[in-house]
Amino acid sequence: MAYDKFTILTSTAVPMPIENVDTDQIIPARFLKATTREGFGDNLFRDWRYNNDNSPKQDFVLNNPTYSGAILIGGRNFGSGSSREHAAWAIYDYGFRCVISSFFADIFKGNSLNIGILPVTVSPEFLDKIFLAIEADAKAIIEVNLPEQTVTIVATGEKESFTINGYKKNNMINGFDDIDYLQSMKGEIAEFAEKSLY
Amino acid sequence: MSKQTLFDKVWDAHVVRKIEDGPDVFLIDRHFVHEVTSPVAFLGLESRGIDVMYAKRTFATADHNTPTINQHLPVQDPLSANQLQQLETNTAKYGISHWGLGHAKNGIVHVVGPENGITLPGMTIVCGDSHTSTHGAFGAIAFGIGTSEVEMVLSSQCIMQPKPMKMRVNVNGKLGKAVLPKDVTLYIIAQLSAAGATGYFVEYAGDVFENMSMEGRMTVCNMSIEMGARGGMIAPDQTTFDYLNGREQAPKGEAWDRAMAYWKTLKTDDEATFDKEYTFDAADIEPQITYGTNPGLGTGISQNIPLSSQVIDGEASYKKSLGYMGFAENEQIIGKKIDYVFLGSCTNGRIEDFRAFASIVKGRKKADNVTAWLVPGSHIVESQIKEEGILDILTESGFELRQPGCSACLAMNDDKVPAGKYAVSTSNRNFEGRQGPGARTLLASPLVAAAAAVTGVITDPREFL
Repeated sequence: MAYDKFTILTSTAVPMPIENVDTDQIIPARFLKATTREGFGDNLFRDWRYNNDNSPKQDFVLNNPTYSGAILIGGRNFGSGSSREHAAWAIYDYGFRCVISSFFADIFKGNSLNIGILPVTVSPEFLDKIFLAIEADAKAIIEVNLPEQTVTIVATGEKESFTINGYKKNNMINGFDDIDYLQSMKGEIAEFAEKSLY
Repeated sequence: MSKQTLFDKVWDAHVVRKIEDGPDVFLIDRHFVHEVTSPVAFLGLESRGIDVMYAKRTFATADHNTPTINQHLPVQDPLSANQLQQLETNTAKYGISHWGLGHAKNGIVHVVGPENGITLPGMTIVCGDSHTSTHGAFGAIAFGIGTSEVEMVLSSQCIMQPKPMKMRVNVNGKLGKAVLPKDVTLYIIAQLSAAGATGYFVEYAGDVFENMSMEGRMTVCNMSIEMGARGGMIAPDQTTFDYLNGREQAPKGEAWDRAMAYWKTLKTDDEATFDKEYTFDAADIEPQITYGTNPGLGTGISQNIPLSSQVIDGEASYKKSLGYMGFAENEQIIGKKIDYVFLGSCTNGRIEDFRAFASIVKGRKKADNVTAWLVPGSHIVESQIKEEGILDILTESGFELRQPGCSACLAMNDDKVPAGKYAVSTSNRNFEGRQGPGARTLLASPLVAAAAAVTGVITDPREFL
């Protein structure tokens, strides 16, 4: 799936200081019945966002017009649980391009990178600083610089580096994906696979 | 080649190419697909104009979104019916084996793979489902993947994965009365927390696992993802070989002998090291139950709900979790009234789970306040339940048996626990709304579920055995 190239993202951010945000919260299972990947953003965080009668829950951050932007800031262990890529699709479809947390679940992190969302892991201390900056000013600008591998709270200039492997970084910057790469080496794979015991 | 772990041996044998400062190109031996996480992958193949590379290495079954009653009738929900139809169309188009709704071998993907001998030691196995870790019970590297990766496997038989770190969890000693494999895994997860093994692939070792049946090992490996691990595995041994011998798709004759020669090498070398290692004593494990909204929030059934100072979760998140459950810190769990019991899922939907459940309900009656959903993991399990006389015991006690599928584990179909109601569930996740919007889930073993089903309250199963 082709996605937008990612280089430098400068945006306000939506704070969600909750730990263990699992993928069932991001997109509940009853919304996984679609057979295409469009439209999942409408049901992003469905049960935290809407009451049973579909009216918005006023105290949920996505319903608070004070907060907006292309960056979602989550608590520790973001994206745990089910491997449903629909969770990443919903986040992307809603308009986020980057999720910042102090700790991500493995599968969610991989899924995000595969569809063009940058998961950025920062220290717990820096995560707290970001939350505080947004608390002080809901319109605080966060800069995520992928080529430099840094996150900056623009108002204070506080900055932290993050890691990403060179292969995935290159993919994100150029909008490449793994399927393109694998297609380019099918001969080598076939030779290996034919020798496999199974 | 000495000093390798079991995980190293299997992983390294499947690396097609190592990318510098990047993931490994990793060959997949067996790929399972189901109706929910595959349609977009097949769409991707079409839009790119690429074919399935090895159709015979992929197996499809419908399970996540199937009804558990009246499976002979057309599926009522048009979206679900469409998803099932898409799986049938897609698998037929590419020549992929498909055990759909109504097929004699249909069932939950992680139940039917092993019971038909598709899952073998030393394999790499993936599926668009995080509980693919189940297959690690056979000494396979098995883990869940996203839909983009489903498309990768279909089109190239490979995915691109950085090699995880290695963890070993040892449990030694003798398990106490009424302590099942589910209790062992819930205990480990409670000790490590819901994120305690993130970034790692786990090997389970020690005499508790050596003495465990294959079904028990599947329950343990299944839950590995609930502490964040990509997967968990157990070295194959005579128990594994005895289980596999004669299964429909397991190797036969000379092929079996060749496979056995390889399988016997699949163990961690004595001097191999792990990035992290934990050791627990079986005697410390009592029947477990969860009280919060992640699988790490569990404890021994006789214990009180911990104080926020005693758990790794932050205070705000812990209070949110208990608030959702309608529980308070330091409350006793035993005696809490429950409304639903769910026996089933890829965690506990096999014959041994039904035997355990029946051992307690036999000669007793289902409590009037309890709605019980008993859902076998496959048609083969369903047949065993009937052949062994377990169905008679269940019926006599006021229980009904439903038809196979994932059912209330994720509540994609109509098996939804109503808002605010309490369910004792043998499944794997107690997340908010997992079993239906507003539903409150307490994860436990089949014995704890049975004790709750006949008393209507959380009850220590040791009272009945």
